[in-house]
Amino acid sequence: MFDTLALASLPAEDEALRPAIREIAAQAIADMPIDRRARSWQGFDADFTRRLGQAGFLGLNLPKAYGGHDRGPFARFVVVEELLSAGAPVAAHWIADRQSAPLILNFGTEAQREFYIPRICKGEALFCIGMSEPGSGSDLASVRTRAERTDKGWVVNGQKIWTTNSMHSDYMIALLRTSGTSEDRHKGLSQLIIDLKAPGVTVRPIVDLTGDAHFAEVFLENVELGEDALIGNEGDGWKQVTAELAFERSGPERIYSSVVLLDAWVRHLQAVGRAGDATAALVGGFTARLATLRAMSIACTARLALGESPVVEASLVKDLGTSFEQELPNAIGDDLAAHPDEAVDADLYRALLYVSQIAPSFSLRGGTREILRGIIARGLGLR
Amino acid sequence: MDMNELLEPFDKMLEAISTPAQIRAVEEGAPVAPVWDELVQSGFLDALVSEDAGGAGLSMADMEPLFEALGRHAVPAPVAETMVARKLLADAGESWLQGPIAMAVAKVGQDVVVPFGMVAEHVLIDLGDGLVLAGAADGRPVPTGVRGSLDARMRWDSEPVGIRLPAVAGGLRPVAAVLRAAAMAGAAGRLLEMTAAYANERVQFGKPIGRQQALQQNMAVMAEDAVACRLAAQLGCGGGVIPALAAAATAKSMTSAAAGRIAATAHAVHGAIGISEEYDLQLYTRRLYEWRLADGSEGYWNRLLGQARLASKQGSVDWVRGEVFA
Repeated sequence: MFDTLALASLPAEDEALRPAIREIAAQAIADMPIDRRARSWQGFDADFTRRLGQAGFLGLNLPKAYGGHDRGPFARFVVVEELLSAGAPVAAHWIADRQSAPLILNFGTEAQREFYIPRICKGEALFCIGMSEPGSGSDLASVRTRAERTDKGWVVNGQKIWTTNSMHSDYMIALLRTSGTSEDRHKGLSQLIIDLKAPGVTVRPIVDLTGDAHFAEVFLENVELGEDALIGNEGDGWKQVTAELAFERSGPERIYSSVVLLDAWVRHLQAVGRAGDATAALVGGFTARLATLRAMSIACTARLALGESPVVEASLVKDLGTSFEQELPNAIGDDLAAHPDEAVDADLYRALLYVSQIAPSFSLRGGTREILRGIIARGLGLR
Repeated sequence: MDMNELLEPFDKMLEAISTPAQIRAVEEGAPVAPVWDELVQSGFLDALVSEDAGGAGLSMADMEPLFEALGRHAVPAPVAETMVARKLLADAGESWLQGPIAMAVAKVGQDVVVPFGMVAEHVLIDLGDGLVLAGAADGRPVPTGVRGSLDARMRWDSEPVGIRLPAVAGGLRPVAAVLRAAAMAGAAGRLLEMTAAYANERVQFGKPIGRQQALQQNMAVMAEDAVACRLAAQLGCGGGVIPALAAAATAKSMTSAAAGRIAATAHAVHGAIGISEEYDLQLYTRRLYEWRLADGSEGYWNRLLGQARLASKQGSVDWVRGEVFA
């Protein structure tokens, strides 16, 4: 079962991107303490995003005609792997580069492609995704925020919440009800691009338990949008979102969220010279899992490169990957505190507690663990 | 070569010769010859041997799906071990007899459990300073006493006599581990299929038990483990016949760590019938438990992998790229 997920290798021409992206990432993190780098893809830096755009590292799998680089998903894998393992601040372009641009390319009109994609590739148009609402979390088909047709286009009323980076973004691609009621479930949903500077949009950041504010509430009150706000077909929102989630769930970001902490812990062990059997076995176990997850993520990328939408396989990689990411701070915390006479750097200590506290979110964002396992169970023919 | 052209006939042959009835017969002491003779006839045993030496010249990566198939059909003979042994013998310019060859890492004067030792005619023994292909009888094989096990306790009280081969870097344990890992991935895949099918058939509370969310969540984890085992085994078989230590460690660590979880879920879903001898589930779960211990458990390989990792100043991703994916 799931036999199509098989070991694949990264093409040499994509591997060749590594030295250049590594240098840019190293510059970006040069003065960042470990706990900042451990923010991983939640670290926001719009200047860094523009530098990446100028250097040609955004829109790698988008066509040259729209400012992209025609490189395909493997090139993006290499670049993302380098950025995440360094702990570079990638949040500004993360969603636009990963999901919004491919969505616009696949379902948008020619005018929409020409309007948005070149700016995404330059790192100048930042996107967020409006999915969750106060009453719609995992049960996304119950969204109530409505877009109604007017003479000139659309008017939107409702509220989104937990919208990552909406306070810094230029646009939100929102899943909205364009017909029927929440009783109609998947029918009557559409995706619309909302200019977050439009009148009637209010974004209110939400502070999280670590003190960061990476997500926000987005209030939409009589927000008027043009005809061209609709992306894809009216009523196809659910289908389009599902295809988008395969991009969202399979990437290296689902295995590398704690890798900065892992590396800092290994450096600590090397500095104090602790390499006994139990310590080595702990390090080895995580190393084996990291290697296997990387193989699984590349295998998923290979399916994307063939033009497939490996929804079940991506769920499988994400669930296993986030379990790994969550166990790391737990085990590292025990290991360090099991040696209370060993001095731990302030940096490492802060990073450990930061990752420990934020780790529960790893299996919430992008689809909860329980929902993903339901998708896998469907793939097994159980539902 | 299209790899399905390789796997399909092999799988079909195993389906025919390694039936549950045949597996049970061999486990109860019947000769393995009816299975083995077909394998000899098929030519697959020389798959890894170079074309110059009369083999098919296939790589470990080419053969990995076939190694998995041996586990998914619970073939009661050291087939993959024989393929690797024939390759090593051919490379050394030696010829070989037709019988099954097991593999052992042994010390003179010390008991060792040899996988498939009860059905082997020869054993390729890693003595630390070199390899010897010796007659299995010289190791005075006795059953382990574990029901149905084809493993043997063996012991050489003096240096075994036979065809001597040069030592291989890292010894035989890494290659034995990746062969075992692939077989475990195959058995895990079989258990996943059997368990999903059973969950859809078995009705309780008026509906198939597979409709219960609690069971679905556990089976999703089982699927994740089974796929991870397969990818880990593929990493282990990604290099030469003698794999890199880190690749072998990854393969056997992952499959051994998952073995108990996979068997536990398979049994939990099947309930009492899965514990019975007459139901086929036990053919595969018993092997997972036994193979987890063979050629080093996850604890052994994690320790070696961790020691190697801690000796490097590289970051984790770079280290893994260089050592496991090389």
